[in-house]
Amino acid sequence: MAEYHLKSPFSEEEIRKLRAGDIVTFDGLLFGIRDLTQIYMFDQNHEPPVSLAGAPCIHTAPSLRKAGDKWEKICVGTTTSTRMERFTPELIRRYGVRAIIGKGGLYQGSLDAMVKYGAVYLAIVGGSAALETRQIEEVEAVYWEHLHPEALYQFRVKNFGPLTVAMDSHGRHLYEEVKAEAVRRLPEIYKKLGV
Amino acid sequence: MKDFDYRIVEEAAKQTYIRALCDLPPDVRAALKKAYDRETKPTARSVFEAIFRTIEIADRDKTLICQDTGLPIYKVKIGSAFPWNGARIKKCLYEGAKRATLEFPFRSSSTHPLTRVNPQTSVGVGLPVIYWDFQEDSDTLDILMAPKGSGSENMSKMQMFYPAHGVKALKKFVLDAVVESGANPCPPGIIGVGIGGTADLVVKLAKDAILRPVGRRNPDPQIAAMEEELEEAINATGRGPMGLGGDVSTLAVHIEMAYTHITQNPVAVNTQCWPARRARAVIRPDGSVEYGY
Repeated sequence: MAEYHLKSPFSEEEIRKLRAGDIVTFDGLLFGIRDLTQIYMFDQNHEPPVSLAGAPCIHTAPSLRKAGDKWEKICVGTTTSTRMERFTPELIRRYGVRAIIGKGGLYQGSLDAMVKYGAVYLAIVGGSAALETRQIEEVEAVYWEHLHPEALYQFRVKNFGPLTVAMDSHGRHLYEEVKAEAVRRLPEIYKKLGV
Repeated sequence: MKDFDYRIVEEAAKQTYIRALCDLPPDVRAALKKAYDRETKPTARSVFEAIFRTIEIADRDKTLICQDTGLPIYKVKIGSAFPWNGARIKKCLYEGAKRATLEFPFRSSSTHPLTRVNPQTSVGVGLPVIYWDFQEDSDTLDILMAPKGSGSENMSKMQMFYPAHGVKALKKFVLDAVVESGANPCPPGIIGVGIGGTADLVVKLAKDAILRPVGRRNPDPQIAAMEEELEEAINATGRGPMGLGGDVSTLAVHIEMAYTHITQNPVAVNTQCWPARRARAVIRPDGSVEYGY
């Protein structure tokens, strides 16, 4: 297990270095997206008004407040990623997103895109919104405001993490490995329980 | 009774919701610390470290631990010597949950199941969830509040087995449910198990189980032994914190039991995430309120 501190946006080379189980923190640019953001992008054909190339995208529906023209953070947490599977391969292929941040992981289609184009899935600690909110320095922009709290958010973050590389660009899927190991151990555990 | 000021109950309903979201109970903190001490995998240890930093920030800034403000649940226990008006108490819980949401303010997580319209108040038809109970030789109104997040609640499971399936079917059901749920319920939390009762009661028992302070065993030694046995089995799977692998997959298994029908053998699982949030207010007839967990 290696630990990395990165600056976003990321290069393909940096991302290819990451291996499942590594720990990452980073500074810089972070986009917030969710179900509706991606329905708007992919099903309703709206091009993002900002480049996502090299950036990480986090699955979130943030609590923000608007004071004049400026958006301020209240509470930003992370949601379950599996609902976003349908959109993720295109997000990576078409827009060059290099990291997806969420909890619970994604499926094979996303993993294939990560291998092909050079991207990773970074697992955050679910339930840790207080920490995430603290690590967001600024809400730099909110695009497609009418979709709030599922708009497209541009955050600037500092020491964001710790994040575990759960799916890497070499085809490893940590959640699946851990699950397979649990399933492998089950017969012995059943035996001990007498079931 | 005429003199009792019900605004106290409404205020307690509001305060317990806010307290539960911001201040993790001491037994949960202690259980997380104990779990960290025995965890050996580096990635899993880093999950715990993030958890501790989160709790610290929430304490210092009086802010929400998790953005999922959950569905509000109130368990009310009314002492035999407490003068009370149930309809008033019910209204106070509704208003208190709503005021917590609007006045803190935090996100409302409640919605209409068909239109999906969120009233932005955390309450609505059937919400807050309220359970009523009564206590002999007590003059207090005891309100236990729990905001239940969806990551863990979505992993709930229930099954009506037959007596012929035996106890072993119940154990296998619990273990399989936990293995299947992976990272979704934000482990390591509490695995609540209900056994016996009717179809509705068994699920309610599983919910009661997660609201017990972490690690407090069921007083029935046979059930306590089953709790220990299942805890060991779940941790042996290696699912680990946030499903990323590790020695600690659960903080505790809690089981609640009720008698059931001679032809039935029901079981239910209700999981609780690592922020096992709850807060308590004990109200006396003189209007004084003591807050706790």
